[in-house]
Parts: sequence; structure tokens; C-alpha cells
Amino acid sequence: MSATGPADTAAAGEDEPTARFEALVGAGEAVEPRDWMPDGYRRMVLRQLAQHAHSEIIGMQPEGAWLTRAPSLHRKSVLIAKVQDEAGHGLYLYSAAETLGVDRADLLDALHQGRQRASATFDHPALTWADTGTIAWLTDGAAVINQAPLCRTSYGPYARAMRRVCQEEAFHVRQGYDLMRALCEGTPAQKAMAQDAVDRWWLPAVALMFGPPDTEAGGADARTAAVGAAVSRRAMAWGIKRHTNDELRARFVDSCVPQAERLGLTLPDPAIRWNEERGHYDFTPVDWDVYRRALGEDTHWARQRVAHRRAAHEDGAWVREAAAAYAARTRDADAAAGQDAGAHEHGHGQEHGQDRTEVRA
Amino acid sequence: MSSGQPEGVPAARTVGAPEARPEGVPASWEVFLRPRRGLSHQHVGSVRAYDPDTALLRARDLYTRRGDPLSLWVVRSDAVHTASPDERDPYFANARHKPYRYPQQFVPLTTERSPDGGHDD
Repeated sequence: MSATGPADTAAAGEDEPTARFEALVGAGEAVEPRDWMPDGYRRMVLRQLAQHAHSEIIGMQPEGAWLTRAPSLHRKSVLIAKVQDEAGHGLYLYSAAETLGVDRADLLDALHQGRQRASATFDHPALTWADTGTIAWLTDGAAVINQAPLCRTSYGPYARAMRRVCQEEAFHVRQGYDLMRALCEGTPAQKAMAQDAVDRWWLPAVALMFGPPDTEAGGADARTAAVGAAVSRRAMAWGIKRHTNDELRARFVDSCVPQAERLGLTLPDPAIRWNEERGHYDFTPVDWDVYRRALGEDTHWARQRVAHRRAAHEDGAWVREAAAAYAARTRDADAAAGQDAGAHEHGHGQEHGQDRTEVRA
Repeated sequence: MSSGQPEGVPAARTVGAPEARPEGVPASWEVFLRPRRGLSHQHVGSVRAYDPDTALLRARDLYTRRGDPLSLWVVRSDAVHTASPDERDPYFANARHKPYRYPQQFVPLTTERSPDGGHDD
């Protein structure tokens, strides 16, 4: 994720619409689709919305792979509901992105062609059943911490979508923790399976769900921290973000350590230790450059996730074509019937059309 | 002055995704949900579909996975016409500088004091 050139703050005083916009955002007001907004703001919101939406639908894959192998009907029903929610979250966000004048078909093309990316968190395989619980507990747990402040993000449609997402995300984390608890209270083999999954998913959750370090304290090197800090400062000035990546990362570690203790699982970071002075847990800073290189676009799983998504899209092309053909034929038939009805007695076709616009559940 | 549209006011525009779209791309539909008895329908987002039946099905799948929804509306996004103060400022000017439209501008009903102006008409 590179920084797109944000609007120059020095120009704000001279530029009347920019000054009005910044005053609005500064007062904590929401920005709505028809408002004038700086181009940099629009691009930053759009990039974050698209990346977020892509991550929701790509994130269906590791858990979705276990739907046919869930150990009980109850767990299967829960997992179906969870994976379906992820699809829904993607759609809420694509809908919000479209209020900025883009077309979701173009965003999907960008994902399929590698011009936009989903979170690299999901560029890992889900090897065992315990992975489904761990993904929900840790990555959805990280998402909740990330996303709760996004319910107050400055772009109105994004904030409204996030309020829906957050209500559902709480269920994801709880069912994941519940699944992990069942494994930890089970046989030694089940407990070992749970620990193995946590060993593999801890770092992806801590590093990738929160993005690059953006404070000096959180980074392994000053350069990465400085780049991250510049992007975060702009995003926070515009009210898109409310906290630094590192602040949210620390909050996540603070919440996970006692949960892992209750489960009897060990988080795979020997540096995790309560820091009395700071009132937070210490943990190993993320070595972002090393980690990014290991997770470049060319890794097997990164290619696999996009290839799977693209294949599903292409395999579904006949459904879209059939729906378009059917809609065109129905439209032509309605138009013909409408003309016919208009000549004799008015409005028959029209009334039928209106009846269909409301359903009661 | 004519009673028509104030000068310099742009025509109403529609909401949502761009209106002109290439052939084969499904239309955008705004979704309105009545979440509970006694409430009006509220805008919740949008879906893409070629026809109203599919739009309703998609809206149902997307926006009513929980709770006890009472009814759904879908409206083609390009059929919703909008005006917002930011882009049509003169259009909404009639609401400004009219403090006398608020009850607190007038004497409370519970005091004995008579209104300053003493208008009885």
C-alpha cells in the first residue's frame, strides 16, 4: 500500500472548498456522497473501502474450504452463517464504494487482475479444523478492534456499512473462541491441534490485520515507521482513521493474552510480558520489511486466493449472461404488452410491475 | 420573478453509482428496509440486479439475515432524484433566517408573563 499524494495542508487556507471540507471533518461531521471533497480524500477512502471489501470476500476462502468437513451439524450451520456474513460484508462495502462513483464490476476486475489487493492475512492455508476457530478468534478479533473505530469514520456510507459489519463480527469472534474452547477442553490431540493453529495464525493477525508500523515505538526500523506515520497522520486528519496502526495492534495484544491464558494456549511470542509501567503487554515489534518480502504477491497462496476468486467469477459468467438476456426479453415483452394495454385499457402491465416491488417477510 | 427553479440551481441528479453504464452491467438498486413495526422504511444500501425480482431477492439475502424484518423496498438508483444543500444552495435558502418557525421563539404557555409585542391577532 503506497501513499497517494494527499492534498497539501498549506493550501487549505487559500482554497475555500478545502477549508470548508476540513472544517466539516474537524467538527466531527460526516462527509456524504454529494459533498465536495478533496481528490486525495476520495482516493484514500476509495482505496481503503476497496481493499476492505476485497479482504472480506477473499477471507471467505480459508474457512469456506472447511464447510463440507465441519465435525457436527451445529458447527456447520454456524460456519455457513459466518462465511455468508463475510460475503455480505464485502457487498455492504462495495455498495458504499459505489457512492463514490465507481462501479463494483471495475473493483472486482482490479482485484482479479492484481491492480488492487486483499489483506495478505488470508494468503495462508487453513490446514486443520482448528484453523477455522483460530481465524475467527484471532483475525476477526483483530478486525473488531480495527473496525469498531471505523463505525465513526468520516465518510458516511463507510461508517454506516461498518455499523452493520460490527454487529455481525461480534458473533464471529465468539463462535471462534467457543470452538477453540471445545478443542482445548477435548483430547490432548485436539488441544495440540488448537495450539498448532494459533502458532501459525498469531503473526498474520498481529502484523497484517493492522498494517505497517506507524509509530517509532511499534516499528523495527525508523524508515518504515516514518512512512507509515505520514500516511496515518493524513488519514487521521481527515477522520478516516481514528487511531494509529500500532495503537490498535497493542489493544489487540492486550485483549488476546488473557483470552489465550483462559484457553490454556501459548501465544507464539516469547517477548509477551505485562509491562506494569505502561499498563500494556510488551510484544515483539513487527519487522515489516522482512515480513512483506515473505508475503509478496508471488507467494503460492496469494496467487491461489486470487486465482480461485477469478475462477469462481468466470464460472459464474453464464448466470450473469442468462440473467441479462432474461431481463432484456422481459423488458421487451413488458414494453410490447404496455403499448398493447395502453391502446385498449390503460395500466395493466404497469400495475403488475409495481406489485413486485414489495415483499413481506 | 418567476416561480420556477431559482437561477443557477443545477437540475436534480440521481444517487448511487454512475447512471450511464455499459451494456450487460446490472443496474444499481437502492434498498429500503422497515426494520420494525411502527417505523418507516430506512435506506440501508444498494444491490446490483437486472430486474426487480432479483433485486428483491438479493436485498433479502444481504440485508435481512438476522432479526424480523417487516418489509423491503427496492428502487432503481437512477430513479431516485436528489438535492443536497451543498450543491444546490439557493434551493434550500427558504429554510434560513426564519427563527419564527420554532416554538422557543414565543412565550411559554406556563408563565403568567405576556408576550413583549403583545400581538393578539
